[in-house]
Amino acid sequence: MPPITTGRVVKTSLFYLLVLAIVAFAVFPFYYAILSSLKTSSQLFDIDYFPVRWNFGNYVGVFRDNPFATNLWNSLLVAVVTVMVSLFLGVTAAYALARIRFRGRGLLLMTILGVSMFPQIAVLSGMYQLVRALGLYNHLGALVLSYMIFTLPFTVWVLTTFMRELPKELEEAAILDGASPWVIVTRVFMPLMGPAIVTTGLLAFIAAWNEFLFALTFTLTNNERTVPVGIATMSGASAHELPWGNIMAASVIVTLPLVLLVLVFQRRIVSGLTAGAVKG
Amino acid sequence: MADRLSRNRTRTAWLFLTPMLVVLALVAAWPLLRTIWLGLTDANLLHLDDSKWVGLDNYTGKGGLLHDKVWWSAVRNTLWFTLLTVSIETVLGTVIALVLTRTFPGRALVRAAVLIPWAIPTVVSAKMWSWMLNDQFGIVNDLLLKVGLIDGPKAWTADPGLLMTSVVLVDVWKTTPFMALLVLAALQMLPKECYEAAQIDGVHPVKVFFKVTLPLIRPAVMVAVIFRALDAIRIFDLIYVLIGSRESTMTMSIYARQQLIEFQQVGYGSAASTLLFFIVALLTIVYVLVGRVKLGSD
Repeated sequence: MPPITTGRVVKTSLFYLLVLAIVAFAVFPFYYAILSSLKTSSQLFDIDYFPVRWNFGNYVGVFRDNPFATNLWNSLLVAVVTVMVSLFLGVTAAYALARIRFRGRGLLLMTILGVSMFPQIAVLSGMYQLVRALGLYNHLGALVLSYMIFTLPFTVWVLTTFMRELPKELEEAAILDGASPWVIVTRVFMPLMGPAIVTTGLLAFIAAWNEFLFALTFTLTNNERTVPVGIATMSGASAHELPWGNIMAASVIVTLPLVLLVLVFQRRIVSGLTAGAVKG
Repeated sequence: MADRLSRNRTRTAWLFLTPMLVVLALVAAWPLLRTIWLGLTDANLLHLDDSKWVGLDNYTGKGGLLHDKVWWSAVRNTLWFTLLTVSIETVLGTVIALVLTRTFPGRALVRAAVLIPWAIPTVVSAKMWSWMLNDQFGIVNDLLLKVGLIDGPKAWTADPGLLMTSVVLVDVWKTTPFMALLVLAALQMLPKECYEAAQIDGVHPVKVFFKVTLPLIRPAVMVAVIFRALDAIRIFDLIYVLIGSRESTMTMSIYARQQLIEFQQVGYGSAASTLLFFIVALLTIVYVLVGRVKLGSD
């Protein structure tokens, strides 16, 4: 243990001050949203730094004054279906890309990486026409379909990286036993891919749950809206009187599950995010 | 025999790839080509199907994009926003990553706390901040007044001179965690010996950072920077919800959507979208070159 000197004490205090500042900056807006959501509408306009009262009126209000329950259900439905479809397409494609050598594989991977860089706005008018042509306008199916453009590339990418690492012997043994490729994927590889599937599924879920531009453009009525659009368009009696209490309650309701997911799956999420960018 | 086996394997590969490729063609390739094509017509949202071919008029014509002051201001805003946010986020992200590489009690908790802004949906963060930045009842004005940094309440989300500051502030809050994670990942891959050698030699930590750490993590940080820049350049949600379609924070995506949907000029808006696409495509090529991504090589 090094001796305790004044310089050391100052250094350590400064370090913890920095840590404190980082945590405060990161957490404060969410803390303040919770604090505001627990106030009555008259208390809302007094500025407080600490909780004053526990009033759940806004949490009742957000469901009473808005089709918020429908919005939540829509978001959940769209996110879950998007995750399932992209995992199915992702796992099958990743098997081909990771385990089989064939001509054009590198180019294909490059193209998939390229698609993940597409700005959503660049496909908006074409996608709008597609959605119209398929009769999906103002229908949740339009969202599941269009979300594939950002969930699919990174699902394929991360699963391919993961599958490449699996031992060759497993597959060879299965082939000798006469297993078809479909059996190899579903019976041999899938059980081993739990971590990768959880990571990619989680990231796809969060991306679909948070998406705004497509949801705003391809849905029209409250019954088809997802949560982000619902919150963005929540309005009060007049344009200048936003129902801040309700909006904050809605924000907390939508964010809480995500914060819990992040706390539980912290390591998985970090490894999934960095797999896409750093390791390339 | 071996030849037939490998041919079989190739057939299996394409069979397993087809569903994914069909979906990707449907949701990426087709809409993109369609957007580029629409950009060469005078299509209108209400009658998309009877549009007339106008060539490059939407770009170079009299009322074309290249002559539109608002478009150029959107280009400037986007680049300015990208430059500001990405550089601030890189510096702050590196500081946070350096803090998180040290072992101290409660580190896991701090790391989880830092991830919270990343997990909050963009629309929700825009709303949270728009409440905090409220000119009359906002806590930001209150705090700054108490500390004495401002003399009177500021209209953070209404005053044209302050809009960009607010947008940059919220984006930095939201995206710095992502940057910190990427830098942290790079730091954790560094060999420990360098530090130990430097420590024994009694080199000042700041000097160690600039002479040893930074050069080693630079490639990874560069990739992260370009990755972030690609994201920043297409920003839409945050500005749309926090500010709306105001000229002083209008970015290329906001401009394109306004033309497409609000003004219903699908042809003109598609031309703007196409230009944004080519800018991003150019940067992507840079990304791939800088990242030196090794694909399918084994």
